Amino acid sequence: MQILSQVGGSVTNGLAYVGALASLGGQAAYYTFVAPFQGKPVRFQRAVSQALDVGVRAIPILSLITFFIGLILALQAAYELRRFGAISYVATAVAISMSRELGPLITAIVVIGRSGSAFAAEIGTMKVTEEIDALETMAISPVHFLVTPKFIAMAIMLPCLTIWANTMGILGGSLFGVAQADFTFTRYISASLDSLFLRDIVTGLIKSVMFGITITAVGCLEGLSTGAGAEQVGRSTTRAVVMSIFMVVIVDLVFTALFFFISEH
Amino acid sequence: MDTSLTDSLETTATISVRDLRVNYGEREILHGISFDVNRGETLVILGGSGSGKSTLLRTLVGLEKPSAGQIWIKGQNIAAISSSEMDAIRKKIGMSFQGGALFGSMTVGENVALPLREHTRLEESTIEIMLRLKLEQVGLQGFEYYMPSQLSGGMKKRAAVARALAMDPEILFFDEPSAGLDPIIAAGIDQLILELKQAFRMTIIVVTHELASAYLIADRMVLIDKGNIVAIGTTEEMRASTQPRVRQFLDRVAEPEVARELDYLQMLTEDRRRRSR
Repeated sequence: MQILSQVGGSVTNGLAYVGALASLGGQAAYYTFVAPFQGKPVRFQRAVSQALDVGVRAIPILSLITFFIGLILALQAAYELRRFGAISYVATAVAISMSRELGPLITAIVVIGRSGSAFAAEIGTMKVTEEIDALETMAISPVHFLVTPKFIAMAIMLPCLTIWANTMGILGGSLFGVAQADFTFTRYISASLDSLFLRDIVTGLIKSVMFGITITAVGCLEGLSTGAGAEQVGRSTTRAVVMSIFMVVIVDLVFTALFFFISEH
Repeated sequence: MDTSLTDSLETTATISVRDLRVNYGEREILHGISFDVNRGETLVILGGSGSGKSTLLRTLVGLEKPSAGQIWIKGQNIAAISSSEMDAIRKKIGMSFQGGALFGSMTVGENVALPLREHTRLEESTIEIMLRLKLEQVGLQGFEYYMPSQLSGGMKKRAAVARALAMDPEILFFDEPSAGLDPIIAAGIDQLILELKQAFRMTIIVVTHELASAYLIADRMVLIDKGNIVAIGTTEEMRASTQPRVRQFLDRVAEPEVARELDYLQMLTEDRRRRSR
């Protein structure tokens, strides 16, 4: 009986959390798409500076990570493929697994580490120092002022980063292809491009937009629900990272399943 | 509330609080508080730590929702209005937070100009003039390009006051204006409040536990203890009060040791007694 009530409690809490995320996302959508027509313009300047922070500054580390992931993928794929004498399919394996799954996912995880945690820490600190309260007493909505520019920046920058990550992954794979699988660089690249359908790339990009929205919602919600005291900021930041990774995997699963069933028909 | 009372409120009081109750979860913090704040007066809300005075202030500016009762600000009951109506009232009030609550990512000037940029369609040049004016009023001329982290505690509070003044509010709220400041800087903040009161005839509400500062700036005082109003009156009335709880607070007498020890013993043994029952 107690187990049942515990399970019920966790489910209710989980649903409440998802509801809070959706509510925050909904408010941000209102300030992005509706409020500008009611005389409350979107803060483009803040969105652009957020986009620089989230996107451009993530490029070096993301490039390095996805280059190596591409190389690892090529090695792992070749390990099996060479038993069937099909080592030339390495390019296809890397290109498809990068653009469909690993590109968006690795990008999301890098962005969670860099930006999702930073959102929670920034907003959490503002909460602790009463800056969020100050915004409210000045009749400025914290969601409009702080959260919406982050949503816009993430929803735009995550697909961009994902395209970059896919490219770097394919380049990483080409290192193996050229060194070990008798490809020339141009042949490897054209083999990769030939194996990709537009659908593979587009589904990956749709997922990455959803990841961006999810990461922002979790980071900002954790920041806004920070309790009193500096140590709570640390707790919010940790929770933001863990919950973001979890939520991103859930969203990944949902959308991958969705695309699977759509493509069946 | 009947209309005759509402009418009388509009003529005499800027803020009227009626039977205000506030809960944090299950726990009731304020147990039915009623008082008025007259136009142009400085009301000091006194109370010890945990008395509920900060909660009262947060409720007055709409940061906490009352669980019962009414708060009439300029003829509107903020306990029962929409968020857009509340925003309209918030543009007429200014609040100076305990730690200043300046935005760390903006300069002092941007902080002070923020409400103007958000809520008015003034030219940038006009905003700049107004922001210099506000900084001058609080004695911070020339600091507009500093970051809040480069300011001392007292200067941060002054900058926060300048930001609270930006929209030329009719009511100004202060949360612990002298907390964390040395006596000289704190006296400077008191002086600033007095100057604002004389210059603008603003209604000012100050929450503090600093007696010296309260005596200096208050027209009237409210003493709050454990979520109830213990006494309310002019500075002279409070000074002359013979109520034990008022005397204890004003004369800074510690809680009687014996009673405390008994409470303490009771607290220690209560758990055990409850279990043995």
